[in-house]
Amino acid sequence: MRDVSMGQYYPASSVVHRADPRFKLVILILYLVTVFFCDSFFSFGFMTFFVLVTIFLSRVPILKVLKSLRFVIVILLFTTLLMMIFYSDTSGAAPLAEWGIFHIYLNGIYSAIKLGWRLMLLVLMPTVLTLTSTPTELCDGLESLLSPLKLLHIPVHVFALIMSIALSLIPSLIEETDKIINAQRSRGAAFESRNPFKKIKAMIPVLIPLFVSSFRRADELADAMDSRCYRGAKGRTRMKKLKAKLSDFVALLFWCAITVCILFLNYNWCGWAFITALGI
Amino acid sequence: MPFLEFKNVEYSYVGGDDELIQALKSVSFSVERGEFVALVGCNGSGKSTLARLCNGLITPDSGEVLVDGVSTTSKSATFDIRKKIGIVFQNPDNQMVTTIVEDDVAFGPENLGLPRDEIRARVDWALSSVGMSEHAGSGPFRLSGGQKQRVAIAGVLAIKPELMILDEATGMLDPNGRREVLEIVKKLNRDENMAVIMITHFMEEAAAADRIIVLDKGSIAADGGKELFTTPEVFEQAGLDLPLYVRLAQRLNNIGLDVGCPLTADEFADAVAKAVKGGEGKK
Repeated sequence: MRDVSMGQYYPASSVVHRADPRFKLVILILYLVTVFFCDSFFSFGFMTFFVLVTIFLSRVPILKVLKSLRFVIVILLFTTLLMMIFYSDTSGAAPLAEWGIFHIYLNGIYSAIKLGWRLMLLVLMPTVLTLTSTPTELCDGLESLLSPLKLLHIPVHVFALIMSIALSLIPSLIEETDKIINAQRSRGAAFESRNPFKKIKAMIPVLIPLFVSSFRRADELADAMDSRCYRGAKGRTRMKKLKAKLSDFVALLFWCAITVCILFLNYNWCGWAFITALGI
Repeated sequence: MPFLEFKNVEYSYVGGDDELIQALKSVSFSVERGEFVALVGCNGSGKSTLARLCNGLITPDSGEVLVDGVSTTSKSATFDIRKKIGIVFQNPDNQMVTTIVEDDVAFGPENLGLPRDEIRARVDWALSSVGMSEHAGSGPFRLSGGQKQRVAIAGVLAIKPELMILDEATGMLDPNGRREVLEIVKKLNRDENMAVIMITHFMEEAAAADRIIVLDKGSIAADGGKELFTTPEVFEQAGLDLPLYVRLAQRLNNIGLDVGCPLTADEFADAVAKAVKGGEGKK
């Protein structure tokens, strides 16, 4: 069984892996916002180029990235197809083809491709993030980024600890579930039944003991934490502190520059003719 | 002043069938710094309750538990008491707070509010004391039961307690894991002069201690050194088996070969060798 608590982390040594998780999260947010400003095929291509560069730098094989997105890609193609055949053109152009209620317009094809492309861009980068950072790193990064909320008396530390404990308990809970299922199966529980109602019914005697044992575990863990001098965030220090490197700032500046480029491509504030020429 | 002192401690709790279970009845004993004590008793004898009373996880119904002369009932002293007394519990999986070994060991010192370098130093020291340095960066998921329990010990050790209580810490381990943990505990007791209370029902482990306390139905049935093993009735009454070699030696003694009361395989072998040679000599 693979280590579920590691998520889909792909261990490798690359600049993307080593980057500060806080910067990765900020860049991701910036990136997602930027994708919504993309409008022309050129700007989509522009963004895609930098996503591919990031994937290349992360040393995660591109097939690995696409594989972890295989279900998303199916949904995405389906959405694009629907968009294409149900598009209704208001500009008065003649449809390229039509069957009954389905009409295909040139603009419809363009919009459908843009929609699919945009969605693809939106899911690609988060995947790269989870492939290149461990859940623990992301958890620490999030805690650090949200720490200003402490001023509003929001217990950020507690949330981070809850996430961390949840992650560390996943493997033992899965093991426990396996054990309970085997115990029930050996006493004749019908997990293999094709009847969905019977299947659901068979899960009840699994869930109840799992619940009970989770509470017991939580109790024991609380005792262990108390015994190790835990008293909340009060007076607590950390062994590891996230350190921003120069390369992290460079990466952030770089992505800011890309955002600015996309904004220019979209709004063309200076009225440059070449931008108009690029845009569909 | 003894380091840890129980004075007529009574404790009861409501069990599963709504009946009041008296876990401890007027228990009094004390433990000095640097002692290695084994606390033995069968299930339901009150061993775990006793452990949890030591560092104020629970407080006695009547009587007093004193750590360095301070009662565990005082809320303000709890933090200081837990700095001095660490507990390692039975299930290593339920003691892990994070997904990385060294982060987990750092949890205790972080709670103490130590500076970063000091935490780092303590984590490295604790992990090397239990021989787990090379696993510092890995996830506990890949470790064996014995290794996980060693990490749990390191987690308590990093707080540098004066007394470590192992509450059936070897109960879920295989014989190899048990041996690993016992060796580490012995070493810590010897080299760091850390007091140890080892709660167990494996009598072979109890035989490693300098002092043995037998708990039977909530009260102390016997308290003494290794010489306790020469009076097997005490253990039998408490529902415990004697260590294997003590039982073997008893049988040999019964058939007239005088081997005394050896506790380990080596001692047993020596005693038998001596007895056999002595016998031959007489012929």
